[in-house]
Amino acid sequence: MLESVGADSIEALFSDIPAELRIKRLEGIPEGLSEQAITRLMRERAAGDGAALSFLGAGAYEHHIPAAVWEITTRGEYYSAYTPYQAEASQGTLQLIYEFQSMMTSLTGLDISNASLYDGASALAEAALMALRIKRKDKTRRLLIPTALNPRYKSVLKTLCEAQDIHFHEIAFDTASGRMNAEALAAAPEAAALIVAQPNFFGVIEDTDRLECFARERGLALIAAVNPTSLALLTPPGEWGEAGADIACGEGQPLGVPLSSGGPYFGFMTCRNEHARQIPGRIVGRSVDDQGRSGFVLTLQAREQHIRRSRATSNICTNQGLAVTAATIYMSLLGAQGLKQVAAASHAHTRAIVQQLEAAGCKRRFDSPFFHEAAIELNRNAADVLSELLDAQGIVGGYDLAAVDPELADSLLVCATETKTEADIHHYTAALAELLKQPARAEA
Amino acid sequence: MRADPMLIFEHSRPGRHANAQAPAGNYPLEDLPSKLLRQHAPVLPEVSEMDAVRHYTRLSQKNFSIDTHFYPLGSCTMKYNPRASNKLAMLPGFLERHPLAPDATGQGVLTCLYELQEMLKTISGMSAASLAPMAGAQGEFTGVAMIRAYHQSRGDNERNEIIVPDAAHGTNPATAAMCGYKVREIKTGPDGDVDMASLEAALGPKTAGIMLTNPSTLGVFERNIAEIAKKVHAAGGLLYYDGANMNAILGKVRPGDMGFDVMHFNLHKTFSTPHGGGGPGAGSVAVGKRLEPYLPLPLVRRQDDGSYRMLGEAERPDSIGRLSAFNGNIGVLLRAYVYMRLLGVEGMHRVADFATLNAAYVARRLEEAGFELAYPERRASHEFIVTLKKLAKDTGVTATDLAKRLLDYGFHAPTIYFPLLVPECLLIEPTETESKETLDAFVEAMAAILAEAQSDADRVKGAPYSTPVSRLDEVRAARQPDLAWTGDNS
Repeated sequence: MLESVGADSIEALFSDIPAELRIKRLEGIPEGLSEQAITRLMRERAAGDGAALSFLGAGAYEHHIPAAVWEITTRGEYYSAYTPYQAEASQGTLQLIYEFQSMMTSLTGLDISNASLYDGASALAEAALMALRIKRKDKTRRLLIPTALNPRYKSVLKTLCEAQDIHFHEIAFDTASGRMNAEALAAAPEAAALIVAQPNFFGVIEDTDRLECFARERGLALIAAVNPTSLALLTPPGEWGEAGADIACGEGQPLGVPLSSGGPYFGFMTCRNEHARQIPGRIVGRSVDDQGRSGFVLTLQAREQHIRRSRATSNICTNQGLAVTAATIYMSLLGAQGLKQVAAASHAHTRAIVQQLEAAGCKRRFDSPFFHEAAIELNRNAADVLSELLDAQGIVGGYDLAAVDPELADSLLVCATETKTEADIHHYTAALAELLKQPARAEA
Repeated sequence: MRADPMLIFEHSRPGRHANAQAPAGNYPLEDLPSKLLRQHAPVLPEVSEMDAVRHYTRLSQKNFSIDTHFYPLGSCTMKYNPRASNKLAMLPGFLERHPLAPDATGQGVLTCLYELQEMLKTISGMSAASLAPMAGAQGEFTGVAMIRAYHQSRGDNERNEIIVPDAAHGTNPATAAMCGYKVREIKTGPDGDVDMASLEAALGPKTAGIMLTNPSTLGVFERNIAEIAKKVHAAGGLLYYDGANMNAILGKVRPGDMGFDVMHFNLHKTFSTPHGGGGPGAGSVAVGKRLEPYLPLPLVRRQDDGSYRMLGEAERPDSIGRLSAFNGNIGVLLRAYVYMRLLGVEGMHRVADFATLNAAYVARRLEEAGFELAYPERRASHEFIVTLKKLAKDTGVTATDLAKRLLDYGFHAPTIYFPLLVPECLLIEPTETESKETLDAFVEAMAAILAEAQSDADRVKGAPYSTPVSRLDEVRAARQPDLAWTGDNS
C-alpha cells in the first residue's frame, strides 16, 4: 500500500506536520489489555458500585426496563449506524424516530416533536431559547422559573443561556402547599415566558390550569417541564387550561434508559404546530419515493447549523439516538395501559412510604397532592440522617432538600418507583423511624 | 391485497399488551384530584412483546451500519465499535447506580472516569480535562464559554469576535453565536491552508479567539499552525481546537503542543463509542493552565487516601457551570475508556498510521481510476476530498447521484456537499479498521459507477434500486410536513 501511494514509510505520510511539533510517544498511556484482562478489571470495578436499596429520584428514576429493550437497541444495525443522512440506507432509524415523535406528541398532547436533545436540563435551556425566538418582540430577555425547579436544571439554564444575555426570575414556592406562590406570580416582572415544572421538584402537582391562565393573560410563552411517566396519569401540557402549553420538554430517562450514574439520557421536546420553524434539533418527516412508497427523511433542516451556521436555532447536530431507540421500544412494550400501571404503582409505593413515616411521627413538608415523590420533614438535619442511613443500613435514603432552600435542611425528598416491594418499603421506613428515635449522632 | 402494516401503531389491536412488562396489581389513585388527571389515554402501541421485537428487529434491517457495511462517511470516523466496550459499560453495577448517589457507592465508575481524564490530558498535551460535555457541539460550546470566562475575568470585555475559517463545521459558527459572539469568517487559500492575509486582517482588539480543526475539514494538515498560534496569541486571543479530526494526529502531534488553549474530543469518533443512529456522543474537553479554573462540572478528583470524588460548585467557584442535569454521558465515557485500555499506547500510535495510510491509498487508487482529487498536490490526512465538478458538467451525474448508486453496490456513501468550499464533493474517510480488501472493493465500485456515469448517466441518476425505498421527495416532506402519526394519516 505504501508503494502505491509513493511513500517509503508510514512516517512519510506525516511530512506536513512540522518536525518540531511531533511527539515520539504518548508517555503515561498504559500498555494495551486483552479483552479478557479488561473484562476482569471492569467486572471488579462494577461489582463494588451501586447500592442495595435506593430511594433517590430528583430527576432520574429507577424503573424496570424490559429485557427486550436493550437487546434490540444494541443490535449492530442501530448501534453502529450514524445520523440518517442517506435516507434510503437509514429507513430503520428514520422510521423509529418518526414513531418516537408520534408517541411523544401523543403523550404531551402537542403537535410536533423533535428527535431528542441531550438531556432534560439542556432541553429546558433549548426551550428557553426557543421561547425567546417565539416572542420576537420581547425586550426583557427574561424568563420566569419556579424556585421549586430542579437545582441542577437552574445551573444548566444559567450555563447555556447567560452568554446570550438571558435572565431568570424565580417564583418562590408557597411554604404550605409547595406550589408556585400566587402572590409572587402576581408581583413578577415582565418577561417572555413562564416555565412550569409538573410535578415540581418537590413532587408537588401544580395547578396547571391556573398557571396557563396567568401565562396567557400576561402574553407569556408557556414552557412545561414534565416527567414522561407522570403523563400516563396527569393532564398533558397540550391540554393545560384553555390553550395549553407552547412547548413541553423533559428528561426521557424514565422511559427505558438505565440510571448509569447520570447518562446517557435524552431530552425530549414537543411544541404546537405554529412553532415548527423555531424548534431546535433533528426532525423526521414522512414522504413518498418516486414509486409512491412511504418513506422517512430528515426534514425542516433549514433551522439547523449545517445550513444556517451562525443563525441556526441551536448548535446541536446530534440527537441521543440510542436512548431514543430504547425509549421507543419501551413505550411499545408498555403501551398506554402499562405506562399507567408503572406510574400508578410508583405513586402508590411513594404514598406507602409517606403513610408509614407519618405513622412514625414524621410530617409531609407540603400539603398539596404529589406524584411519585414527596418531601418529608424529619426534625433533624437531612444530610446527617442520610449519611447515618447509608453507614448503618447501606440504604441511599433520598435527597437532601437544602440544595433548593437552606430552610429545607430538615427535609428529605423521597421516591419509590414500581421496582420497590412492600418489604423494601417497610425495611426503609423502619430503619428511618428507628434512626429518628435515637439522639443525633455526636459530630466529630 | 392489503399492504403490510408499516408503523408500529398499525400493528395495534385494542387491549393487546405485553403482559409481563407492567407491574401487576391495582393501585388506587383517589388521592390525586380528578381535575389533574388526563381525560384520554395517550395513543401508544397496543402490541405483544413479540410484535414489538419483530417490528424493531425488521426495522433495524433497513439500516446500513458499520457492522453490516463499509461506511466511509467523511468527518464522522466510522470505525469498528468493539463489542467489549458495550458489554462492559453495561455491567449491572454501572447501570444501576443513581447519578446523585454518594461517591462512596461509585468508586468503580469514578476510577474509570478519573483515569480517562488523565489519558485525555496526555493525548491532548493539556493540563486538565473535563468529561462533562455530551457531544462535540457541546464541547465546542464549553470551549468557547471558557474563552469568554477567561476574558471576562481579566476585565477584557471588548473582545466580541470569534474567528472561524470558511471550511469549518457548521457547529463552529453556531456555537460562537450561542456564546454571544460575532463570527468573523476567514478564507482558505488554494492549497487548503488558512489564508494568512485574511487571518491578519481579522485579528485585532476585538478578537476573543479562533476555532480551528487540524487537519482541516479539507483533509489536509494546517502547516502554518505554529505561526497562526503566535499571531492569535499576540493579538490577545485564544485558540480552540475542534477535535473532530483527532484520528489523523493521535500520537503524532498534540493540540497543546501546536499552541491550542482548549480542545474538545469526539470520543464517538476517535475512541470508537457507537454513533447509535446519531448519538449519544461525548465531547470531553481539555485545557491549558490558563483555562483550568473555568472547566465545566463535574470533575473527578483523586484524593490523598486513594478514593475518588466528584467536585461541584463549592470547590470550583469559577467554573462555567453544568451542561447537563447530572454527570454527562457516563455510559459513553465508559465505552471510550474500555476502548482506550484495549488499544493501549502502542495501539493508539497505530490509529493515525493506518487511518492515514488507508486514506492515502484510497485517494491514490481513485485518482488512478479517473476521479479528480480536490487537493492533488497535498498529502491526504485521514480523509480526503474528491470533486465531481467535471463529471457533473459532462454527464449531469452529481455527488448525490454517485452517493445513491454506491448504496446499490453495498457501500454507505461518503459525506457529500461538505465542506461547502469544494463543488460536488465527496469527503471520504475509510478509518484504520478497514482491510485492504474492503478498500479495493470500494474503489472498484467507484470505478464501475464512473463508467456507468459515462455510458448510462440515467442509470446512476435513478439510483438507488436495491434499498427499501428509492429517493424520497424531500420538498414534499418540508412543504407538507407529516411529522407524527395521528391515526388519521396512516
